[in-house]
Amino acid sequence: MSDLSVKHLLGIKYLKKSDIELIFDTADQFKEVINRPIKKVPSLRDITIANLFFENSTRTKLSFELAEKRLSADVLNFSAAQSSVKKGETLIDTVNNILSMKVDMVVMRHPNPGAGLFLSKHISASIINAGDGAHEHPTQALLDTYSIREKLGEVKGKKVVIVGDILHSRVALSNIYALKLLGAQVMVCGPKTLLPKFINELGVKVETNLMSALQWCDVANMLRVQNERMDISYFPSTREYAQQYGINKELLESLNKDIVIMHPGPINRGVEITSDVADSKHAIILNQVENGVAIRMAVIYLLASKIKQ
Amino acid sequence: MSQKVLLNAKEVNIILHRLACQLIENHNNLSETVLIGIQPRGTFFANRLANLLKTDYKIKDIKLGHLDITFYRDDFRRSDKPLSANKTNIDFIVEDKNVVFIDDVLYTGRSIRAALTAIQSFGRPKHVELMVFIDRRFSRHLPIQPDYKGRQVDAIDEQRVKVNWIENEGEDSVYVVDKDNTITN
Repeated sequence: MSDLSVKHLLGIKYLKKSDIELIFDTADQFKEVINRPIKKVPSLRDITIANLFFENSTRTKLSFELAEKRLSADVLNFSAAQSSVKKGETLIDTVNNILSMKVDMVVMRHPNPGAGLFLSKHISASIINAGDGAHEHPTQALLDTYSIREKLGEVKGKKVVIVGDILHSRVALSNIYALKLLGAQVMVCGPKTLLPKFINELGVKVETNLMSALQWCDVANMLRVQNERMDISYFPSTREYAQQYGINKELLESLNKDIVIMHPGPINRGVEITSDVADSKHAIILNQVENGVAIRMAVIYLLASKIKQ
Repeated sequence: MSQKVLLNAKEVNIILHRLACQLIENHNNLSETVLIGIQPRGTFFANRLANLLKTDYKIKDIKLGHLDITFYRDDFRRSDKPLSANKTNIDFIVEDKNVVFIDDVLYTGRSIRAALTAIQSFGRPKHVELMVFIDRRFSRHLPIQPDYKGRQVDAIDEQRVKVNWIENEGEDSVYVVDKDNTITN
């Protein structure tokens, strides 16, 4: 049978199409497992995983932790806020100390782009990138494309628009890589100030008018405005952003077709999407969360099978 | 690689009928019994047997499921190849039912050990039995024995017993195949 071509999951950029297909096929089986009366399998009972979160997270951290526990792995949790990082310890020292406790795998979120790649060159454990700054968030892109496949049958040929703060979004970059690898057509839509300069090199369509983007697409992935990463003002006001780039029910109903609405969370209700859209039948936001656990179980399972005893 | 025929299509058919009859003898009309084919290769045998019970023995309501044991195996990270999962399809409750595991070849017994753990995720069966088409005795790593067996075979570790079904290989037959060029006789 096939095997993942990588030892770490640092970004979608390093994956092949066959890797993503293998992850999806494995996730199908785990999705069945997490819908059983007893949702746990003993596969990883001799694996210890450290979740290192140097940046805040709710659903990604919970999702990873749940995935690890459903696979019977032992789990260590670490958040930078309550740690010696505050005392000036370096990343490698922190991680090496944790690895001395015989940890096999590291799930890491870090504010600096490339933190996972850097770590992979210095330590022997498998690393899963759970978000590195504005760079990549590979498991989010995998669960997003998996959710599209589940909803629409396949990803190939589908038209997907990513709307909002592309500049600060690791979800956008990982999604663009994953969607293109799987053969989807990709468009980004947002105010020019929130589109990165290198966007044309990624081979995606660029649109600044939300209505035109929605008329073109099958799926709209609405991103959160990342206020915490904005050092300057990128648009005049939140109200103006919501008027120009927010989806509401009237806008959806004015389209002459049904589109799928996605959101990686957390939602700023009333900014990028209104409550009635977030809770409508168009939205698959909660399916994304459920699929997140299955996808992370698949990634952890497949990477763990490459760890030699 | 040489191989010899152990059972031909006619013999396979006779054994299938005998196993069906033995099942009815112990389980009556199968109303409290569920048949579970073990993925991947036990499912062909289980499907065939369920079909036979339905058509030739007029048993109407047969509960048949497929169980994948990949995530319950004890050789995760011990083999060079990763273990790939198959579909589990059990859309009924096994709580308080008589469960019959169905697999093609019983060898070390480790798959059945995994299946016993896996089935617990679906409830607590009243009773669990094992039906295998081929029982390779003297090869067991665990104290597991079949309740129903098609044929007992004394094959050595260097040999492989391959059960073919029309559905997957185009013919009903059982072969003993030599690995590593050892000669069978």
